[in-house]
Amino acid sequence: MDDIAARFQLDWPGFRLDVDLTLPGRGVTALFGHSGSGKTTLLRCIAGLERSRQGFLSFKGEVWQDARTWLPTYRRPLGYVFQEASLFPHLTVLGNLRYGQKRIAADQRRSLDQAIELLGIGPLLARRPDRLSGGERQRVGIARALAVSPRVLLMDEPLAALDLKRKQEILPYLERLHDTLEIPVLYVSHSPDEVARLADHLVAMEGGRVLASGPLGETLARLDLPIRLGEDAGVVLDATVAERDAQWHLARVDFPGGSLWTRDQGQAIGQHVRVRVLARDVSLAAQHQEHTSILNLLPGRVDAMADDEHPGLALVRVRVGDSVLLARLTKRSAAALGVTPGQSLWVQVKSVALME
Amino acid sequence: MLLSDSDLQAIWLTLRLAGIVTAILFVVGTPVAWWLSRTRSRWKGPIGAVVALPLVLPPSVLGFYLLVAMGPNGPVGQLTASLGLGLLPFTFWGLVVASVFYSFPFMVQPVQSAFESIGERPLEVAATLRASPLDRFFTVALPLAAPGFLTAGILTFAHTVGEFGVVLMIGGNIPGVTRVASVQIYDHVEAMEYADAHRLSAVMVAFSFLVLLSLYAWRRNARGADGSHG
Repeated sequence: MDDIAARFQLDWPGFRLDVDLTLPGRGVTALFGHSGSGKTTLLRCIAGLERSRQGFLSFKGEVWQDARTWLPTYRRPLGYVFQEASLFPHLTVLGNLRYGQKRIAADQRRSLDQAIELLGIGPLLARRPDRLSGGERQRVGIARALAVSPRVLLMDEPLAALDLKRKQEILPYLERLHDTLEIPVLYVSHSPDEVARLADHLVAMEGGRVLASGPLGETLARLDLPIRLGEDAGVVLDATVAERDAQWHLARVDFPGGSLWTRDQGQAIGQHVRVRVLARDVSLAAQHQEHTSILNLLPGRVDAMADDEHPGLALVRVRVGDSVLLARLTKRSAAALGVTPGQSLWVQVKSVALME
Repeated sequence: MLLSDSDLQAIWLTLRLAGIVTAILFVVGTPVAWWLSRTRSRWKGPIGAVVALPLVLPPSVLGFYLLVAMGPNGPVGQLTASLGLGLLPFTFWGLVVASVFYSFPFMVQPVQSAFESIGERPLEVAATLRASPLDRFFTVALPLAAPGFLTAGILTFAHTVGEFGVVLMIGGNIPGVTRVASVQIYDHVEAMEYADAHRLSAVMVAFSFLVLLSLYAWRRNARGADGSHG
């Protein structure tokens, strides 16, 4: 019982939420969908800010809500980051941080130093929220949520209200959170980039229902309901920088089952990175190609094939070691190669995007 | 400009009445304002209308019913008599009770709109930071509504200072007990003491002007401070 079980039904005029989910008790779970998909409402139900009449919620074995139980928000051991930082305007930054910290049991109280350091807000402590930039405010909001020593962190589109520059300012902090926090994080977002960078587990939502829920890589590689992060199908791999080639300015990253060469972007060897591989950049070949401009040739095995959006195109899921990639081919090429499940092929990856 | 002893006595009585009424209304009006600002009950409309009634009723109507209620045959009168407090009409505390009713909307409405303008979000934030409902009220709602409280306090105080009709109905005109400044002025005029009436009236005009001036100046400052970080 180390996971989060959530069942909610809500009937509002013009909106219906109907979910039944089990979420992992660790890592970052992205609740992903368009606005109106119910992802924020789901998060608010988990926080106890909305109360569904039909509902069940257990957190690592503790029941927070069922037919007889209702734990009000202030009794739930969670931290919540709102879309706008929503700092208390009548308190300083430090006052905001302390507000929650002093309301938890003394033996669970941890020093604020870690949160302050993690979010880099040390120089801001004496300021009033109205003297902060949008990005600074959101960092304080995150630190304030962490200051209550939560057992789960809920984040409702923490970057959505910020412009691109501020987003780039905060994303590294979120990635640090991802690497340092031991508590599960539920992260609501409609941004493919944030999901690709941060999520370990993906819950795709539409119209108040869950389309798919599972580990990020697997879920993105599903062919039955292609979940698209952005305009194109593709997968995200967890990888480590293994080698840097100074002469050609390339870096080799290892992922479970293989390795890929990509442009060197200055990451140190051993650093954990995420690699996004779009289906349109992956092609298949029956034989090992000797003379090709493509650097990345991986042995793979066809897992499944499905129609793509265009009638002339197909999506092929290929297993490479323990990972899966998606390839987009014309149906004519697929027929020429005789693509069938179980077939061994060479996978050519033209380009990959390194994140972080 | 010298005021007579009876004028000073009337002014002191007026200030005491307004101060006590304002203090009582802070305590009584705040929960009502909070309820009105947060409820989705169908009683919100009727209760809100009752609270606003003194704004439109002639003071003599309000005073008349209060007089009946507090009289020996009225429910309030029977209650106070059975508690050994005697009857309230023509006493200072009778004036206090009547003024509380009369000035009720001047306290409730600004506080209510201040509570409404806070919105749900800060209270939700406080809930996620482990604050219980009562805790949220005192540590978030009250501080954020502070400007509304100041406005409400000043309006209530000034409005109580200016009341006349209700005082006459409930309190009559007993020197040192119920003869407030507005009634004193009326007496001066009745007795053709125009110079005395003029002096006391001028004090009232100056007082009202200063109160409103400080209120507007303070509001502008507060808004200026808000605007700089929009």
